[in-house]
Amino acid sequence: MQISINGNDKNFDAETMSINALIAHMNLVGKRIAIERNGEIVPRSQFDQVMVCQGDQLEIVGAVGGG
Amino acid sequence: MNEKNEMNDALVIAGKSYHSRLLVGTGKYKDFTETRAAIDASGAQIVTVAIRRTNIGQNENEPSLLDYLPPDEFTYLPNTAGCYSADDAVRTLRLARELLDGHKLVKLEVLGDPKTLYPNVIETLAAAKTLVSEGFDVMVYTSDDPIIAKQLEDIGCCAVMPLASLIGSGMGILNPWNLQIIIENAKIPVLVDAGVGCTADAAIAMELGCEGVLMNTAIAAAQNPVLMASAMKKAIEAGRESYLAGRMPKKLYSASPSSPTTGLITGNG
Repeated sequence: MQISINGNDKNFDAETMSINALIAHMNLVGKRIAIERNGEIVPRSQFDQVMVCQGDQLEIVGAVGGG
Repeated sequence: MNEKNEMNDALVIAGKSYHSRLLVGTGKYKDFTETRAAIDASGAQIVTVAIRRTNIGQNENEPSLLDYLPPDEFTYLPNTAGCYSADDAVRTLRLARELLDGHKLVKLEVLGDPKTLYPNVIETLAAAKTLVSEGFDVMVYTSDDPIIAKQLEDIGCCAVMPLASLIGSGMGILNPWNLQIIIENAKIPVLVDAGVGCTADAAIAMELGCEGVLMNTAIAAAQNPVLMASAMKKAIEAGRESYLAGRMPKKLYSASPSSPTTGLITGNG
């Protein structure tokens, strides 16, 4: 499948995977992040259940320095 | 002001008390160690953070701001810096709330122009309405227009934060008269946000009756940010105490000596 993550297209062998699996794949385990899938926030409690699939658009954000 | 009042002189925002009236940003520092040192020196309890796309495929051991400023030590104030529409601002803060485990206190700013970073008050009003209806505690950055400030209060924002001058400009307080009108009209805390350049600016804001000051560049862009952070802490405290003490009335062309006018050894007596 091909999905868009933070505006960049990414290809995966799997046809679908959970958000948690994706986080592991992206080396983001343990990072404080929030995720939006196709414009809808995915609550952290649902990272195991929500699956990403072909064409999904994901935004993965964190807190950075700012004023 | 007696000692008891001094002890009780807390800044209250959305029902929570803070002993520090200096709120600081976390951007523009050399590194996270300097960020932390400056914020410690400032005594700030509320720190702003920006919400940005996570670097994908970067070093997984790369330190993050949260490692240096643990959310259990500070009150985070996620901002909407860089947002030019109400929709983008609301979207950003919904993500922030998820990111920070349901945290409700946010700083709303909707910009109108990348050159001046001047706020777009129309979009700001629209975003504020949505955010308040969704249960956010909204501290809102705005222009120094007293009417807009009042409208933002009426919408239900928990604090209104007019600019002193443009973001990052260090130009100081350009219109103290407008700030005074905003403060006199407000029933919620008024904080100056943006434009403070030096300690004098911060003290003047507090002497005008602001409940606090939010700054980033004035500290981060100083030659010695940690020392400036310490100076700002004192300026805010001094300005607040001066405001509470009540300044002497100005008496132009009416000098009044502080020493007795009798018992002088000179004279013709």
